Amino acid sequence: MVETAVPGRLTWRLAEVVEVRPETARTKTIAFDVPGWPGHRAGQHVDVRLTAEDGYQAERSYSIASAPESPTIELTVERLDDGEVSPYLTDELRPGDQIELRGPVGGYFVWDPHVDGNVLLVGGGSGVVPLMAMARQRKGEGSMLPTRLLYSARTLDDVIYLDELMQLAGLGDGFEVVYTLTRVQPPDWDGYDRRVDRDLLGEVAAPPGELALSFVCGPTPFVEAVAGALVQLGHEPARIKTERFGPTGG
Amino acid sequence: MSELMLDGNAAAGVLQEIFAVEITTVVGTCDHCGTAGEVGTMHLYRGAGLTLRCATCEAVLLKIVTSGTRTWLDLRGVRSMQFEG
Repeated sequence: MVETAVPGRLTWRLAEVVEVRPETARTKTIAFDVPGWPGHRAGQHVDVRLTAEDGYQAERSYSIASAPESPTIELTVERLDDGEVSPYLTDELRPGDQIELRGPVGGYFVWDPHVDGNVLLVGGGSGVVPLMAMARQRKGEGSMLPTRLLYSARTLDDVIYLDELMQLAGLGDGFEVVYTLTRVQPPDWDGYDRRVDRDLLGEVAAPPGELALSFVCGPTPFVEAVAGALVQLGHEPARIKTERFGPTGG
Repeated sequence: MSELMLDGNAAAGVLQEIFAVEITTVVGTCDHCGTAGEVGTMHLYRGAGLTLRCATCEAVLLKIVTSGTRTWLDLRGVRSMQFEG
């Protein structure tokens, strides 16, 4: 049941779909109007709850893609073919439909505008979603914080937000994007073409003394590999924030 | 490391419903090995419910099962939780 929000207390809210926008072949962005939304910080997520006619409920967490100043709450959802929730969200939802949302939640994996030094964002696949919210919040604040996004995707067609990322990287405000395409690369590709490992991070990440904070989000094996390599390169574990998702999502 | 593992960030909603504060930055101490870590860094496994395990020794810290309007919280492996503010 959906209740009126009481401060400090988390409750389910009814959210109405206002737009569904394809991003790639497997991902869509769904924009919601959420009456009474208390505001959020980039990196936070929401829980989505679906209830079947027989009362069966399924809950999943999705990162918020939109910046705090966005009038709608946007989720970018990857369709997992055997998922319980994501096929419904990507295939069935239409403007005007309502679903239940709980949030925003999370405070560990959130953008910190007051950090002193370089920031590294590392995203694997749809792990880029909360990092995109950070890039959007950073731009909205007019921040010049040196921020580099390392984005690993299988192919160029799997890169979510490509046009917007190119635009953000062209502003000259200290935001850069480095891509690695792990399966197929276009003929004239000048980015990386392999999995993110210690050597690649050694080239892309600022040295330990200059890198203030890293945010790593992606499938669990990706996050483990990246966080482990950053530690091997001499970065303090406490300065590496991680968020994992996996096949139990969806 | 298992591909089925997530982390404490994915349990933020259900835990915040119980504790009524942002939970992923709360520091929990493992009763088995003594490691203190933020809930967001703990390892999470999803089955019939959610199980949080220590990121260092993999001991079970906390289990939570929700059914309808009823929630069971098992804090067997948490020596302490440190809340700020």
